[in-house]
Amino acid sequence: MKLPIYLDYAATTPVDPRVAEKLMQFLTMDGCFGNPASRSHKFGWQAEEAVEIARAQIAELVNADPREIVFTSGATESNNLAIKGAAQFYHKKGKHLITAKTEHKAVLDTMRSLEREGFEVTYLDVEASGLVDLDKLTAAIRPDTTVISIMFVNNEIGVIQDIAAIGELCRSKGIIFHVDAAQATGKVDIDLETLKVDLMSFSGHKTYGPKGIGALYVRRKPRIRLEAQTHGGGHERGMRSGTLATHQIVAMGEAFRIAKEEMHAERERVAVLRDRLLDGIKDIEQVFLNGDAVQRVPGITNVSFNYVEGESLIMALKDIAVSSGSACTSASLEPSYVLRALGLTDELAHSSIRFSIGRYTTEEQIDHTIKIVHDAIGKLRDMSPLWEMYKDGVDLGSVAWVAH
Amino acid sequence: MAYSTKVIDHYENPRNVGSFAKDDPTIATGMVGAPACGDVMKLQLKINDQGIIEDAKFKTYGCGSAIASSSLVTEWVKGKSIDEAALIKNTDIAQELALPPVKIHCSILAEDAIKAAIADYKQRHGN
Repeated sequence: MKLPIYLDYAATTPVDPRVAEKLMQFLTMDGCFGNPASRSHKFGWQAEEAVEIARAQIAELVNADPREIVFTSGATESNNLAIKGAAQFYHKKGKHLITAKTEHKAVLDTMRSLEREGFEVTYLDVEASGLVDLDKLTAAIRPDTTVISIMFVNNEIGVIQDIAAIGELCRSKGIIFHVDAAQATGKVDIDLETLKVDLMSFSGHKTYGPKGIGALYVRRKPRIRLEAQTHGGGHERGMRSGTLATHQIVAMGEAFRIAKEEMHAERERVAVLRDRLLDGIKDIEQVFLNGDAVQRVPGITNVSFNYVEGESLIMALKDIAVSSGSACTSASLEPSYVLRALGLTDELAHSSIRFSIGRYTTEEQIDHTIKIVHDAIGKLRDMSPLWEMYKDGVDLGSVAWVAH
Repeated sequence: MAYSTKVIDHYENPRNVGSFAKDDPTIATGMVGAPACGDVMKLQLKINDQGIIEDAKFKTYGCGSAIASSSLVTEWVKGKSIDEAALIKNTDIAQELALPPVKIHCSILAEDAIKAAIADYKQRHGN
């Protein structure tokens, strides 16, 4: 078996070979390299046609109109354009925005930036399950609330928010609803004909497409307007100027086409692997699944191994590529803000690992992962003073720790 | 992040992992750090009548650098008098393990663990 085993599909996915094949046809002199905005010759027309096919493929996955799709450089840009664009365009209606504490930084930091422009933002607490409580969201709405942004699938814990219900609420109050769906495409069914969502962000590279490409869905009926954040040649109906990256767009289209075709079979296959993984580690003591146990995508599994520190666990798991809920690897010793928002103790947040399974994960890889996890936890707990105290019946909460 | 070979060696083959009986009068225990900060070190020294550290054991909850720092100090303190051990500086540990700036706190914690164990010894032996 080739090591390390990749179990970090939520960070990024490899490009599907079928997608890579397509992408390469749009680069060289022999290929379709033209500028889709060139109206005066065949090179441009061909590129434009390829872009429009891709736009339709993306729209099809989420049951939208191709004219509602705006290409961007990725979900981060889509989130920026959606939230800033809508907040600024409708600022005369109100200056209050709502999001949740477990959103991606691309949403949270965009909100922070708007606060500096004079907007007010409510960062909603989530339940211990990671889900947004509809009543609490309702209570947070003010007469001057203009935009609510809630993600579809959480990138760290994989829980699925009730987008349908939140959409109904927003629509009934005349509030624009933005959804970051970077982790949702190809994983959950998205029907924008029925969902009352006004803006939705997509990413290419979370769905077996290339990095550097994304899209924003902008509803036409009722029409949502945005203040452009990138100015220039007026591409993408003035909402996002800049020459379209034909090769990446075509690749994202192909990736989303494949996602639509294979989503249901893939979801089942991934769920079987996820169950196998959970089954394999369930006999380890003091293991906790983070986030709602039911309302979640099968691809993302976040677990805390109590009394084991996250970064040393990552080191012990060097043959598997996973990510840790502890940001100890950076200069700060902060545990994941998402896990903290769920109410996890610092210890449990520090001890968490996200396993994300995808298209190329095999049963053999999962079995090997289970073995590595058992060995690592055994070794680190033998070394852990906290584990020793737990085994001796010491209540760790009663210890007077010397913080440093 | 990239670890130095020495950190990896100590992490993969930690020296002197374990615990001594706490009630043994020749054993001094120092526990420093906090779970909330992501690292807790327990260092135990076996000290003879002459004040010489005969043996040392550690248990650490923390990152690779924290484990390596504590593993290293168990090697360093053995054979030293408690006064000599008290002179071990975090900078020596950081230098030996080639710790990057963000991991300096691990070496500080290891120095603190030695000091805490010595303080425990002195408290028990009345000076």
